[in-house]
Amino acid sequence: MALDRSDVTNIADLARLAIAEDNIGQYQEELSSILALVEQMNAVNTDDVQPLAHPADAVQRLRADVVSEENQREKYMANAPAQENGLFLVPKVVE
Amino acid sequence: MALHNLTLTQISKGLEAGDFTSAEITQHFLDRIQQLDQGDDGLNSFITVTPEQALADAKAADDRRAAGNATPWTGVPFAHKDIFCTDGTLTTCGSKMLGNFVPPYDATVVANMKREGAVCLGKTNMDEFAMGSSNESSYFGAVKNPWNKETIPGGSSGGSAAAVAARLVPAATGTDTGGSIRQPSALCGLTGLKPTYGRCSRWGMIAYASSLDQAGPMARTAEDAAMMLNVMASFDTKDSTSIKQDVPDYTATLNDDIAGKVIGLPKEFFPESLDGEMKQTMMNAIAEFEKLGCTVKEISLPSTDLAIPAYYVVAPAECSANLSRMDGVRFGYRCEDPKDVEDLYKRSRGEGFGDEVKRRIMVGTYALSTGFYDAYYVKAQKIRRLIKNDFVKAFEEVDFIMGPVTPSPAFKMGEKSGDPVEMYMEDKFTLSCNLAGLPGMSIPAGQINGLPVGLQIMGNYWNEAAMLNAAHKFQQVTDFHNAAPQGIE
Repeated sequence: MALDRSDVTNIADLARLAIAEDNIGQYQEELSSILALVEQMNAVNTDDVQPLAHPADAVQRLRADVVSEENQREKYMANAPAQENGLFLVPKVVE
Repeated sequence: MALHNLTLTQISKGLEAGDFTSAEITQHFLDRIQQLDQGDDGLNSFITVTPEQALADAKAADDRRAAGNATPWTGVPFAHKDIFCTDGTLTTCGSKMLGNFVPPYDATVVANMKREGAVCLGKTNMDEFAMGSSNESSYFGAVKNPWNKETIPGGSSGGSAAAVAARLVPAATGTDTGGSIRQPSALCGLTGLKPTYGRCSRWGMIAYASSLDQAGPMARTAEDAAMMLNVMASFDTKDSTSIKQDVPDYTATLNDDIAGKVIGLPKEFFPESLDGEMKQTMMNAIAEFEKLGCTVKEISLPSTDLAIPAYYVVAPAECSANLSRMDGVRFGYRCEDPKDVEDLYKRSRGEGFGDEVKRRIMVGTYALSTGFYDAYYVKAQKIRRLIKNDFVKAFEEVDFIMGPVTPSPAFKMGEKSGDPVEMYMEDKFTLSCNLAGLPGMSIPAGQINGLPVGLQIMGNYWNEAAMLNAAHKFQQVTDFHNAAPQGIE
């Protein structure tokens, strides 16, 4: 499926990716050619085929509901780009 | 023999015999990294080298050996692909996004190696977030192939491959989502193995496509790969897709007789369009297996051509979900002066990710968006079922499936980086293995134009020991795996 410029802008918005106005044309071309490649799947009828999510068809393993992680708050916070009083800082969300 | 020419197994035995200490051999490899990897003419196979930690670990390993508690890995140097989280050591995944990320914990594979007393020399370069087949998408610069510095080493585990080929380390870890262990192993003349999905824990291995990603060894010989898989493999409750299956001693069965084994050659892996020299090189290698008593049978894996389209839906879809955690809030890159939260997310991601990562995130976002989910993601999962069914049927009749790993030897830098779809074609022989979750390996099978190429061996689920056995027997009667790039000997 060939994408138009507004498709690209919409996808970038959904993906929360800022892309430069100048690059939209290039993304439009590249994403369209990738989609043309993947649409080769449509040549095959898969009506009666079960989708495969896990190669071994394994199901999610459950575990006991117990605490397994120790508290390492300071260590985890050390990677935060901005923090105060042990909390992550982001721009104001509520006016 | 110079220390760097010893294989992993020989180093392990040399340490045990007291021929050298871990401190000595660790220093030797660190010196080589400094000489051959760094500077303008260097290979650039490492993103981070950790000499102080390595020498401290080497000393601890020598002490452990003196105390009588050594394992085969104690004091043996190696490197980790920079996709594995290492507690206290920078882990970038080849991205500006994680250019300052110091993990607060060790990946399970990292912990497994540490427990044995292995000595990690640093973190190897890779395509950004493991997305690429040439190592050109790394934020930290392309890696040169030691066989010819104008060519690519393959990807995404290109740094691990170049480092082992140049004898900067005797072995390195890799990960393989669509060929990222096998393809660089082939192009750098190594023995690399992608295990069955679920064999090695994915915990702490930065996720690209979670239903496909697997860690595995990259080494010079099958014997070395077996020694490494012994430690990398484990059942792990922290990885919900890890499968509880005993880990055999992969080195114990290396010398088993392989006479009578049946090798399937899928006609889809030997198409009319396959380069004549590549075909001949593969057939010569397969003839060696026949001399070892194996028989060859033509088979068909009719859904092979659907692997590329299915992969380029499943992998981007899963990556778009996995990489959503990189939002500039809790760790990683954050843009300057965000005006609101939306701007923070968008610019941090837009500036922190490279082109190929952004392309795949967008393809995946589109494939998972309302109204397109069934047409793309579910369709691709159905194709996966067809691909798996082909293999299940084939393995009723054969023990191994063999064919080329790549369509050609290493290509020139820049040759394919301008056209994503052309780059994706590089993976056409490796993707189906990941989609089916099967183990696959690459072993050196000769050279074309002075560059190494690999023979791919695929086995049935959990048959890594049999594959390593076959590869080892092959390496006992051939010399391809001993070839070294010029100037490296």
